[in-house]
Amino acid sequence: MTTWREGWRSFWVATWLGWQVEANWTDPWIFIVYSLLKPLARAVILVFMYGVITGAAFDQPFFPYLYLGNTFYSYVYAIMTGVSWAIIDDREHYKTLKYLYVAPLRIPAYLLGRGVARFLTNTASVLIMLGAGIAFLKLPLDLGQVQWGLALAGLGVGVLMLAMMGLMLAAVSLLTVHHSWGVVEGVAGALFLFSGAVFPLEILPVWLRPLGYAMPVTYWLEVMRRALLGQPLPASPVLSAMSNAQLFAIMVGLSGLFALLALGAFRVCDHLARERGLIDWTTNY
Amino acid sequence: MTHDPVLASSSVPLARGWRLFLQSVVARAYPRIIGQQREKSWLFFDVLLPLLSVAAYVLVYRAMRAPEDYVGFVVVGGAMLAFWMNVLWSMSMQLYWEREQGNLALYILAPNSMMAILLGMAVGGLTATTLRALAIILLGSWLFQVSFAVVSFWGLFLVFLLTMVALYGMGMMFASVFLLLGREAWAALDAIQEPVYFISGFYFPIRALPFWLATAASILPLTLGLDAMRQLCFRTGASLGFLSLQVEVGILGLLALLFLAGARFLLAYVERVAVREGRLTEARR
Repeated sequence: MTTWREGWRSFWVATWLGWQVEANWTDPWIFIVYSLLKPLARAVILVFMYGVITGAAFDQPFFPYLYLGNTFYSYVYAIMTGVSWAIIDDREHYKTLKYLYVAPLRIPAYLLGRGVARFLTNTASVLIMLGAGIAFLKLPLDLGQVQWGLALAGLGVGVLMLAMMGLMLAAVSLLTVHHSWGVVEGVAGALFLFSGAVFPLEILPVWLRPLGYAMPVTYWLEVMRRALLGQPLPASPVLSAMSNAQLFAIMVGLSGLFALLALGAFRVCDHLARERGLIDWTTNY
Repeated sequence: MTHDPVLASSSVPLARGWRLFLQSVVARAYPRIIGQQREKSWLFFDVLLPLLSVAAYVLVYRAMRAPEDYVGFVVVGGAMLAFWMNVLWSMSMQLYWEREQGNLALYILAPNSMMAILLGMAVGGLTATTLRALAIILLGSWLFQVSFAVVSFWGLFLVFLLTMVALYGMGMMFASVFLLLGREAWAALDAIQEPVYFISGFYFPIRALPFWLATAASILPLTLGLDAMRQLCFRTGASLGFLSLQVEVGILGLLALLFLAGARFLLAYVERVAVREGRLTEARR
C-alpha cells in the first residue's frame, strides 16, 4: 500500500475512533450539552467582565475584538489537546499505543485523526457563540459583509496550523510521563496570553510583545476577526495597519514554519521513544 | 484480642477507635503533602497554569481600564481556583482513580474508616494546595501591583477556614458519587470545571449575576467564600458584595455541616454497595 493511502486510512480510522472515545460514553444530547458547556462558560465569563466594567456597552469596538478572539481561540485548546492527549490516553489509560505502533498505521496521521472529533464539536460551539453574539450582544456580524473566501481559507490554514502544534506537543508527550497534560495546558494558557486573543498585544509589556508577534495564532485570530466583520478593528494598531494579504501571508509563512518544526520534532521524539523503550511505558503516578 | 498468630506476636500495638481514625488520616495525608512536593514539575504547573489565566484576565481588565480592585479580585480568584481544581481532580475523582489502579479494594478491605481516608486526602490536599495558592497570591500581587486593604485578618482566616471545610466536605461527598459512575465521571467533572469559574465569580463579583443565579450558585462554597474574602480584602469589596458578611459566614457554616454529613452518608452507601454487589472495585473503561 502506498504511503499516502496508508496515511489517509490511518487518519480516517483515527477520526472514527476519536469520535467513539469522545462521544460514546453517553447519549447524543448529553454529549452535545457537555461539548458546549466549557467554551460557553469561558465566553460568558468575558461577557460579564466586560458588562460589569463598561455598563454593558456592547457596541464599543473592543467588544467584538474580545468576543471573536475568545470564540476562535477555543479551537486552539480543542485541537491541540485532541491531537496531543491521544498519546497519553492510548499509552497510559487504554494501553494500546504499543499495538498501534506495530499495526500498519502512520502514527502522525493517526494522531491528527484523533483531533478531528474535538474540532467538530468545537465548531458547533463556535457557531452557537457567534449566533448568541449576534442575537443578544450586538455583535456587528453582518452575513452580507462577511468575506467568506478569507474566512474559509483562514479557518483551513488555522486548523492545519493548530493540528501541527498539537503534533509537536504529542511528540513531547512521547518522552514525558503521564502528567505531561500540564505541558499542553501550559502552552494553551501561554498562547491565550501572547496571541492577543482577548486583549491587544499592546497591553503586554514591551519586551513580551515580540513573542506574541512571532505566533501564527496571533495573525490567524486577526484574519478571522477581519473576515467576519469585513473590516479591521482599531483595538490593535499594529495589526489593523496590515492589509488582509499581508496578514494572510504572515500567517501562512509562520504556520509552514511551525509545521516543519512539528514534523521534525515528531521524527526525533518518535525515534528517541522507540530507542528508549517508552512506547509501552506506563508511568502510573 | 486477636486470634491471628502473626498479629498476636507483633510488638506494634493495634490501633482502634479514634486512634486508628487519626492514624489513617495522617497516613493518607502524608503522600499528598510529601509526594506533591517531591514531583517538582507539579509545583511548577500548579502555580504557572493558574498564573497564566490570572495574567490574561488581569490584562483584559487593564485593556478595559477597569478599577484596580478588579485586578485584585482576579488574583484572589486565581488563587482560590487552585483549591477548586484540587477538590475536583484530586478529591472528587480520587476514589475513581484508586479503583482504576486497583487500590480501592484494599481501602475497603482495610480495617480503617473510609471517612478517615477521605479526610486524610482532604487534609493533605488542602495543605499542599495552600502553599500553591499562597505562591499565586504573592506572585500575582507582585506582578500586578495589587493593593489589599484587609479589614480583619481574623475574619479573613475564619472565612477561609469555613470555605475550605465546606469545599473539601463537598469534595469528599463527590468522591463517593463519582465512584458510582464509569467513564462518564471524568466527563462530568470536566464539564462542570469551567461553568463553576463563571457562577462562582472567580474573575468578577457575583453581584453582577442575576440574583437567582447568584443565589443558586451559593450552594457552592467557593461562591460565598470568595465574595466574603473580597469584602474583607479590598476597599470596594463590601460595596460589591452579594450578601452581608455575617449572612455569608452563616451560610458557609451550614454548608460545611451539610457537606460533611452528606459525605458520611454517601460513603456508607458506597461501602454497602461494594459489599453487596462486589462490582464497585472493578475498573470500568
